Amino acid sequence: MQEGRPLSATQVNRDLLRSILETPKWFWTVVGILGFIVLIAFAAAGLMVNHGMGLTGMNRPVMWGFFITNFVFWIGISHAGVMLSAILRLSKAEWRRPATRAAEVLTVFSLMTAMMMPVIHTGRPWRVVYWIYTLPFVPYDYARGIWPNIRSPLVWDPSAVYTYLTSSILFVLVALIPDFAVLRDRTTGMQHTIYSILAMGWRGNPRQWKLQIVAGILLSALILPVFVSVHSIVSWDFGMAVAVKSWHSTIFAPYFVVGAVHSGVSAVAFVMIILRYIYGWQDYIRHEHIDALARLLVVVATAWFYFFVMEVIFGIYGREADELAVRTLQFAGGYKIWMIIFIVTTYFIPVTIWLSRSARRNLWIMSFACISVNIGMWLERFLIIVPGLAQKAVLSFSWGTYRPSPIEITIVFGTFAMVSVLMLLFSRVIPLIPLYDMKEGEILRTEVKIGRRIVPAVVRED
Amino acid sequence: MAIRPILGLFETADQAADAGDALKEADVSPDDIDFMTDAPYPEGAFGEREERHRLYVFPLCGALIGLTVGILLTTMTQMAYPLVQGGKPILSLPPMAVVTYESTMLTAIIFTIIGIVFESRLPRMKMGLYDTRITEGLIGVLVNVEEDRLPNISEIFSGAGAIDIVRES
Repeated sequence: MQEGRPLSATQVNRDLLRSILETPKWFWTVVGILGFIVLIAFAAAGLMVNHGMGLTGMNRPVMWGFFITNFVFWIGISHAGVMLSAILRLSKAEWRRPATRAAEVLTVFSLMTAMMMPVIHTGRPWRVVYWIYTLPFVPYDYARGIWPNIRSPLVWDPSAVYTYLTSSILFVLVALIPDFAVLRDRTTGMQHTIYSILAMGWRGNPRQWKLQIVAGILLSALILPVFVSVHSIVSWDFGMAVAVKSWHSTIFAPYFVVGAVHSGVSAVAFVMIILRYIYGWQDYIRHEHIDALARLLVVVATAWFYFFVMEVIFGIYGREADELAVRTLQFAGGYKIWMIIFIVTTYFIPVTIWLSRSARRNLWIMSFACISVNIGMWLERFLIIVPGLAQKAVLSFSWGTYRPSPIEITIVFGTFAMVSVLMLLFSRVIPLIPLYDMKEGEILRTEVKIGRRIVPAVVRED
Repeated sequence: MAIRPILGLFETADQAADAGDALKEADVSPDDIDFMTDAPYPEGAFGEREERHRLYVFPLCGALIGLTVGILLTTMTQMAYPLVQGGKPILSLPPMAVVTYESTMLTAIIFTIIGIVFESRLPRMKMGLYDTRITEGLIGVLVNVEEDRLPNISEIFSGAGAIDIVRES
């Protein structure tokens, strides 16, 4: 895992700070286009708030549609970041170095985007304050005699997601302090003042480095249980709902967690390929790194597929009429085409690609595989949420279907543009590959002579 | 006699370690010697003293506080609005456990961050003697000694192969 050429500290600074100290010609054009898409999405959301939820395709009984699908999707994407970073740090995997920062930043922006979706979904975003039951001075619902269920899994959700968001932001910021110091030393004027404040007087002495290393491991160990809890709790939004047959499944928590890792790691691999291409970081994000991610993804994808099959089997095993009706709707009814696309794009296409070494090292093919996974995983969330609700519920007369309106489609596209533009803008102010991590890799780089071969290797301290 | 800092800049870890050894032989206290690098080196690479810290205490304290806050928050919220839902007890443990778990982890993580900043002796309001070439890969050896010993320290740095020696202007 040491295929690259040796790099000096000066060269690492020059290459990785290029995205900050120089502005590529294309940068503001791309930011402008993406920003325009985001503006259109905000305008669509504004129109929806002004005219009411009638502008969406949601109606009884399908009251959760594209917005909640998108919420679960972005929560899933956010999982790769910290999971990948934390597990690779804890296992001291050498190939983690270029991947951790981009993965963590993707986590933060995905979570922010995800949290917007339920707020938009309410149709009356200002009423979010009703949810904040935990503040004793805002007992608004109670005062009005609405009496919401404070024990609902929908209350667990914000507590878990905001814990994860806060933790992820802090995780990113702590690891950024040494890199802020490098930027402090390379900038002037206002930029220098801002980076000096952010670097907090970092000098890089042995004590500070020791604490950085311990902090990386300690925070990884603390954040991993949070990461597992978040998507488990998101799955319980569905799993705890007794009335919707296809949702009420005990396997949902691990199934959602593994699915989130599958979509998230694919997204990180895609982001790394894009970064390598746009900033010319061929010496840092190498084919071996993408190859390693793809091999990890084969395992994750297969674990996910196992849970998917089990979830379907558990569903139909009891032969309950309502459950069978939903499964029929999914596999033989109006959703069967989408079901086939979902299964093929999420598992069969990418895993077939990842089994070939030459395909894993071809960035175009890898990009295609990663996008394929995420198309499939988005459809997966849609196919869990909508068919379950579209089926007639017990003691109700509501049957229905769901067609997303242009407003919903625009907002969903807007979220993809938003995460992209935020990542791009962030790459202008912080290095998306950790400088000190790359430099440490260079310090520990060595060569070992085995027989007649000299093998590139890395020294690892325990 | 006033204590003054002096900074030697070295290209390799071996040179910086040699300078550190020579300084100790010249009776400079290890507490007055500091090494500055742009990346983490293996512990003890420069023969520096072992750094002790109490970082592990911080998440533990945070977790205990978070656990207490979580239990109080969920209990008091449920007791404040005692509405029976679905025949379940007012103080229902499963939902309490989830929110309490999250508050425990959140506070543990926040306290860990506070611990990292505190134990790293940050924020540092004045940078003191420093050279920006350290973040270009040079290794800085900073010594705080009496003013009259500065020429001696300067000689030690030169002897160990310092490419530059920086003093307070």
